[in-house]
Amino acid sequence: MDAVINNSIEFFKTVVEFAPKFIPGVVLTLQLAFFSIILGMIIGLVVAVLKLTKYKWLKKIMDVYITIVRGTPLLLQLYFIFYGLPSLGIMIDSFPSAIIALALHNGAYISEIFRGSIESIDYGQREAARSLGMTKWQAMKRVVLPQAFKRSVPALGNQFIIAVKDSSLASVITITETMLLARQFSAATFNVFPIYFTAGVYYLIITMGLTKVLSQVELKLKVNER
Amino acid sequence: MSMIEIKNLHKYFGELEVLRGIDLTVSESEVVCLIGSSGSGKSTLLRCINFLEEKNEGEIYIDGQMVTAKEINEIRQKVGMVFQRFNLFPHMTVLQNVMEGPITVKKMDRKKARELAMTLLEKVNLLDKANEYPAMLSGGQQQRVAIARSLAMEPKVILFDEPTSALDPELVGEVLGVMNDLAKEGRTMIIVTHEMGFAKEVADRVIFIHEGQIAEEGTPEDIFDRPENERLQNFLGQILV
Repeated sequence: MDAVINNSIEFFKTVVEFAPKFIPGVVLTLQLAFFSIILGMIIGLVVAVLKLTKYKWLKKIMDVYITIVRGTPLLLQLYFIFYGLPSLGIMIDSFPSAIIALALHNGAYISEIFRGSIESIDYGQREAARSLGMTKWQAMKRVVLPQAFKRSVPALGNQFIIAVKDSSLASVITITETMLLARQFSAATFNVFPIYFTAGVYYLIITMGLTKVLSQVELKLKVNER
Repeated sequence: MSMIEIKNLHKYFGELEVLRGIDLTVSESEVVCLIGSSGSGKSTLLRCINFLEEKNEGEIYIDGQMVTAKEINEIRQKVGMVFQRFNLFPHMTVLQNVMEGPITVKKMDRKKARELAMTLLEKVNLLDKANEYPAMLSGGQQQRVAIARSLAMEPKVILFDEPTSALDPELVGEVLGVMNDLAKEGRTMIIVTHEMGFAKEVADRVIFIHEGQIAEEGTPEDIFDRPENERLQNFLGQILV
């Protein structure tokens, strides 16, 4: 019994000791997640809209992009950009490499989320907009996209949470984010359990905060919908 | 002067020929009702006029201007359209719905667009709903907003595609009332409708479409009291029972 109590005290001591040391890593995790979500949204929107244009070749290119990104592991994509591209003479620092890989990765998934919600908007909405004399783009921007965005919020929330957790893979290209710090701390102290526990709590705090923000957004957008 | 001129219009959906050579001229201030059984092509005809459906053959002129893909955005500003299912923009208030066309398409300044929209909402008796969202409105109210929205573009012609077919019976009257007012103002209107009583009262001319062709046309009296075409007699027999 004493052993359990002693171990528990030891455990929490380690947690309290290491929790502040994680802060720089958590900040990096937040940065990676933030930029890859924002850029991923932009990429996703552009790709989704381009896929819906009448130009077949554009649609083909976007399909190739989505197929490659969804069909290969993110880990491989990170290696490819950071370790692979230099052999072609393209050198990118580790942080921008990670952002590029994560943004391209999220962009592919987000584009499919957007495409689905754009296509779910009743065709009559487009017809009503066009019959007022709007161009295709005006109808898209003023009528279709605002409604589509609203519908895509739940699926986007899912993707954002995945983006937060996927940012941990950036550790393989030397980014000292939360997971790499955890690995380093546990290697130095051999005290595996409390350290990964602390890292896990940080991820939970981030994803729970994100979920809260997203449900607020959803609530706000839903107010006037049937 | 003719506001709309349609010459030899043909439209196919795949193999199916939906419109088989329509010739139709509508003068300024004329109210024309299109009647016919479902699948006869009357809605398709209406949708071809503002290019929501692309015609396969024939020519359409609106206010002297030929309807082509290239100039369609300009032409559509002259042609209002009211849909069976209203198609209001659910993410905008009633007022914003009505202001949207003038602001986005005509680049009218907000204040002016707002004044215009308020005047039109007053006209369709919905001034008190200006700041509501469409979802809060009844079908009849939504359709009146849709009418105000199309009027905001100051169209030369308004096309109505079965404007009361999606409404509960007790709400039909308020929409027809607004349309009646528009007819009295001398607006050029083409109305696809199943409301024979309304057609009888408001139309200058009634056109019976059967299997993609104009089978009979004339004054409401001609069509309803002295139908000549056998198909029309059958059709009226079915509806008026």
